[in-house]
Amino acid sequence: MPDITKKSLTEIISLIKKKEVKSEEITQSFIKNIDNDKKLNSFITNCSEQALEKAKNFDKNPNLQTLLPGVPLAVKDLFCTEGVKTTAGSKMLENFIPNYESTITKNLWNEGAFLLGKLNCDEYAMGSSNETSYYGNVMNPIAENTVPGGSSGGSASALAADLTPTTIGTDTGGSIRQPASFTGTVGLKPTYGLCSRWGIVAFASSLDQAGPMTKTVEDCALMLEAMAGFDEKDSTSINKKKENYSKKLTDNIKGLKIGIPKEYRVDGMPKEIDQLWENGKKILKDSGAEIIDISLPNTKYALPTYYIVAPAEASSNLARYDGVKYGFRSSKGKNLIEMYENTRSEGFGDEVKRRILIGTYVLSSGYYDAYYIKAQKVRRLIKNDFDQSFKKVDAILTPSTPSAAFKIGEKKDDPISMYLNDIFTVPVNLAGIPAISIPAGTDSNNYPLGLQLIGKPLDEQKLLNIAYAAEKKINFKQNLQKWWEK
Amino acid sequence: MSIDKDKIKHISKLARISVDEKKIDSLTKDLSSIFKFIEKLNELKTDNIEPLSSILDEPLRLRKDEINDGKIREKILENSPQKNEEFFVVPKVIE
Repeated sequence: MPDITKKSLTEIISLIKKKEVKSEEITQSFIKNIDNDKKLNSFITNCSEQALEKAKNFDKNPNLQTLLPGVPLAVKDLFCTEGVKTTAGSKMLENFIPNYESTITKNLWNEGAFLLGKLNCDEYAMGSSNETSYYGNVMNPIAENTVPGGSSGGSASALAADLTPTTIGTDTGGSIRQPASFTGTVGLKPTYGLCSRWGIVAFASSLDQAGPMTKTVEDCALMLEAMAGFDEKDSTSINKKKENYSKKLTDNIKGLKIGIPKEYRVDGMPKEIDQLWENGKKILKDSGAEIIDISLPNTKYALPTYYIVAPAEASSNLARYDGVKYGFRSSKGKNLIEMYENTRSEGFGDEVKRRILIGTYVLSSGYYDAYYIKAQKVRRLIKNDFDQSFKKVDAILTPSTPSAAFKIGEKKDDPISMYLNDIFTVPVNLAGIPAISIPAGTDSNNYPLGLQLIGKPLDEQKLLNIAYAAEKKINFKQNLQKWWEK
Repeated sequence: MSIDKDKIKHISKLARISVDEKKIDSLTKDLSSIFKFIEKLNELKTDNIEPLSSILDEPLRLRKDEINDGKIREKILENSPQKNEEFFVVPKVIE
């Protein structure tokens, strides 16, 4: 049989259902790839042994009625997993072993999947290149010393390198879509509230959303189906009926209206991105969709708004790391306050500290109105822009990122240029709406580039359908040499 | 709004993060450029706009006040960096 790890999740499941291959065989194949990898650094914790055990148990008495029967998969190390170390890419949680399971991972295990390992990510999901992780840089399988994007960089790298058949990430400002775009994979950020946040290490609670990262749009629909659902434990979870995204998936998008926002054409954007976008328009038009020019006038204020709202929420969320109840504690300090200050200084990395300080400042007495309330007002304007546009169109097409993957170290010393990576993804989080990135072409280095489709709240089905139609016509293929095995 | 060293020291006190003297210059530079960037928002008039704190239309749900977990003291204490029997241990706070 040809290399099973190169197959899509849907193909693997079909082989399991037809009993042509055992879960153990599949699991062994992925473990072999994980063991052979010497350079990517996409895993923080390897769960091969437990995974093999689970696979054998599955094969003894296979339940084929589930969505993910006998599927091994690795997840971003931001999801709490019972009995398995969960670090959030931070020294602060180096020895943290949750005694509970996040709702999202529990949903996956209930559908027949099991854990293959925990994947590297930017510290507390704060970063766009996976360079803020305490556990080291992750490399993008497309080329040595190239970043996989972030914050779900380990997830994207492991997926693209066939170390896991599918994975999950979290997206606060682009952390699923940007790494998907950088690695030639598919990533979906669902509507805020569709996937439970319970048991995910919190970054910015009004923006965080978990979502699938997959090799194909069909896989993405299936994974979303397994993940989504109402959860009483998350106060912002939306109570609605479960959808059968994968069954309803169709490439018939005739008559749908696709908006092209003129504000997403930014200065200095490489020519290839413009061509990619033009090509995307043409493909959707050829599929029977109607292309309409739209305006999202407040787009340029999205990043500044995000860099107030997200750090503000992060500074509150990360106040819990005090060295007392769990996590790292500094041995220095003469009293309780000094212990707190040293614990947080030694336990957090530079980017996390920077964002906590920004957040603390914008929430502090005398500055709260000028920064935080101001940002929340602009956030309303940004959401209104989308609301207005969606009266005219079914979805919006944009590039996923303003450039392809860059070299490790290239943007590390300039926070603003790093933040600009998320210019096309951040508005979606502020508005709480769904968006998907699909691979759509390459730049002059032959590095992948993604197109982003943005949809109405809870309209994931339509978004997946459009992506599915585009994917078929684009027919993106990546032929990676396994340089990381040397 | 310019950020100076004194301000950084004040914020880090509020955030309970001790800042290394050697890093304070680069931190001041970084935060100044970030604040310059976010102050772009001041161009916009937002006088009559309602702040948006959650994108969900409905108010947060309330649940019944019922006990559905508990009795996991030992499990919780397992992750504590320092404990003594059933207590978290912190540096002495009373002289």
